[in-house]
Amino acid sequence: MNRINQKLQEDKKLLSIYFTAGYPALNDTVKIIQDLEKNGVDMIEIGLPFSDPLADGPTIQASSTQALTNGMTTAILFEQLKNIRKSVRIPLIIMGYFNPIFQYGVEAFCKKCQEIGIDGLILPDLPLDVYQDQYEDIFKKYGLAHIFLITPQTSDERILKIDAASDGFIYMVSSASVTGSQDGFGNTQEQYFQRIADMHLKNPQIIGFGISNAETFQQATKTASGAIIGSAFVKHLTNHGVEKIPDFIEGILAVKQ
Amino acid sequence: MNYNVDEKGYYGEFGGAFIPEMLYPNVENLRQQYLKVMADPTFIAEFDQLLKDYVGRPSPLYFAKRLSERYNTKIYLKREDLNHTGAHKVNNTIGQILMAKRLGKTRIIAETGAGQHGVATATVCALMGMACIVYMGEIDIARQAPNVARMKMLGAEVRPALSGSRTLKDATNEAIRDWINNPVDTHYIIGSAIGPHPYPDMVTRFQSIISEEIKWQLKEKEGKENPDYVVACVGGGSNAAGTFYHFLHEKEVGIIAVEAAGKGIDTGESAATSVLGKEGIIHGCKTLLMQTQDGQITEPYSISAGLDYPGVGPMHAHLYKSGRAEFIAVTDDQAMQAGMQLSKLEGIIPAIESSHAFAVLETKTFKPDDVVVINLSGRGDKDLGTYIDYFKL
Repeated sequence: MNRINQKLQEDKKLLSIYFTAGYPALNDTVKIIQDLEKNGVDMIEIGLPFSDPLADGPTIQASSTQALTNGMTTAILFEQLKNIRKSVRIPLIIMGYFNPIFQYGVEAFCKKCQEIGIDGLILPDLPLDVYQDQYEDIFKKYGLAHIFLITPQTSDERILKIDAASDGFIYMVSSASVTGSQDGFGNTQEQYFQRIADMHLKNPQIIGFGISNAETFQQATKTASGAIIGSAFVKHLTNHGVEKIPDFIEGILAVKQ
Repeated sequence: MNYNVDEKGYYGEFGGAFIPEMLYPNVENLRQQYLKVMADPTFIAEFDQLLKDYVGRPSPLYFAKRLSERYNTKIYLKREDLNHTGAHKVNNTIGQILMAKRLGKTRIIAETGAGQHGVATATVCALMGMACIVYMGEIDIARQAPNVARMKMLGAEVRPALSGSRTLKDATNEAIRDWINNPVDTHYIIGSAIGPHPYPDMVTRFQSIISEEIKWQLKEKEGKENPDYVVACVGGGSNAAGTFYHFLHEKEVGIIAVEAAGKGIDTGESAATSVLGKEGIIHGCKTLLMQTQDGQITEPYSISAGLDYPGVGPMHAHLYKSGRAEFIAVTDDQAMQAGMQLSKLEGIIPAIESSHAFAVLETKTFKPDDVVVINLSGRGDKDLGTYIDYFKL
């Protein structure tokens, strides 16, 4: 069984953290992953930086631009991660945009992910129909879960379609927004969280976009199985560097227990 | 071979809709509605009337006598430069603002590079009383001050794109992000024949008024609807798409797409996507684009701000790959000389984008009885500063 599915069977609310590979410094990738696991994070999304990240706000875009300036490439990321499973056990997901993967070769990319021990991919601009027409077989061959996004505007009919095609979990985008642009949740979001919970989907849901602190983490995980923090963590790295990772995680986990 | 879009939104292997889920409801709604709306007689009547009374169509098909003598062939200019706002861009913005109204949208966003599409969008928003936000790279805002002022006079808010390379591709990213953040009330008027399906097809159809008019105008002047060649410059490719559209399946018509070679194809400062680009995904579609080996999108260069886009519309990628169109790359210098020559011989100062199309006359020899239609996509007023600097006027 895939590590993601295993993790989701544990009786707890998952804390998942996103960071951009190659940021703040090119070779911080492994240290960040190890420190996150050590401090109690349940799952990690490793951002493969892209020059034109359409679904991301200024924080993640700036970190991606810096990572590319630092020299990060797909090949370097794979090289950094090649021994990661000797020290890290939690699920690892690569999150990125489709073009760099398309250039690497989709099958070669998936094969490499399997060798390393990557459990899934989140590719916001690889839509459901293209995935099903062309890539589903390849992803499955290499044991990779393709995580789909849903938003408050996604119709129930389409959510059911996505649920049927999904493996691992469904990534619930908290509100109509790019990453890093929210300040807490209001009634509209809570109603949306409830509406999705009431659909009793086969895949668990994890909420992302707009989770920045203990309070929003708690709100999001009232109905969902977990939550993903991205921009707020990247901001923390920008302000405090890689040595202060425990401070950030402790603040969230204090509430989680 | 079919050169039009298929039911899945592809031109051959190019096109499609590679969009994040956040954009799906809007793009899907547009896909379901656009052909129905465009076929509605009240829509057609309103579109035609605005093109006639507001834009000033039909634009003349002008026989360029002195230019023809110079090159010993028969050259006609399609005068899109005479449209209101000075370029072909307005054909599309009129169509899309009417579309937006019928889709119940109240807020318009657009991207712009040189500012021509931004001005054309701000214009139709003023005309319809709609809120208008134009995203423009911070660097382009500094380079194109008169167009920024025009947009402001027309009531638009110009928002600087501060991310990435701070030019057209980043303005497009920002506009897409705005649409993600405002999914209910907003319509995104894309200015070129790019983006997720149905945008390339929709923009092409609105611009196809150009080739539709060429057909009947040429029939009046030459007694035949089909020229031997149609020529247009290609950045993203909206004026070219409109110029080629009704000739795509007319085998006897040669199609020539002119790209900006910038300082030269091998100089690292170029925008000749067909030569330098590889298949990939940009701004929601699969097409040819300039990128690193690692799939990062690179910054193109051309003296013409309207041609320095790192991709090309999926229809053009298909025309290139299938061999239906001949792609010719023209340097800054060749384009500037062609612009000067047109000014001297015909009394018409072209936009530098259009100057690229005219430069083909130097590199390709046409027969004396060939009928060559060149799309004069815009006028040169906006480029006066560049002409002054280049020729030390």
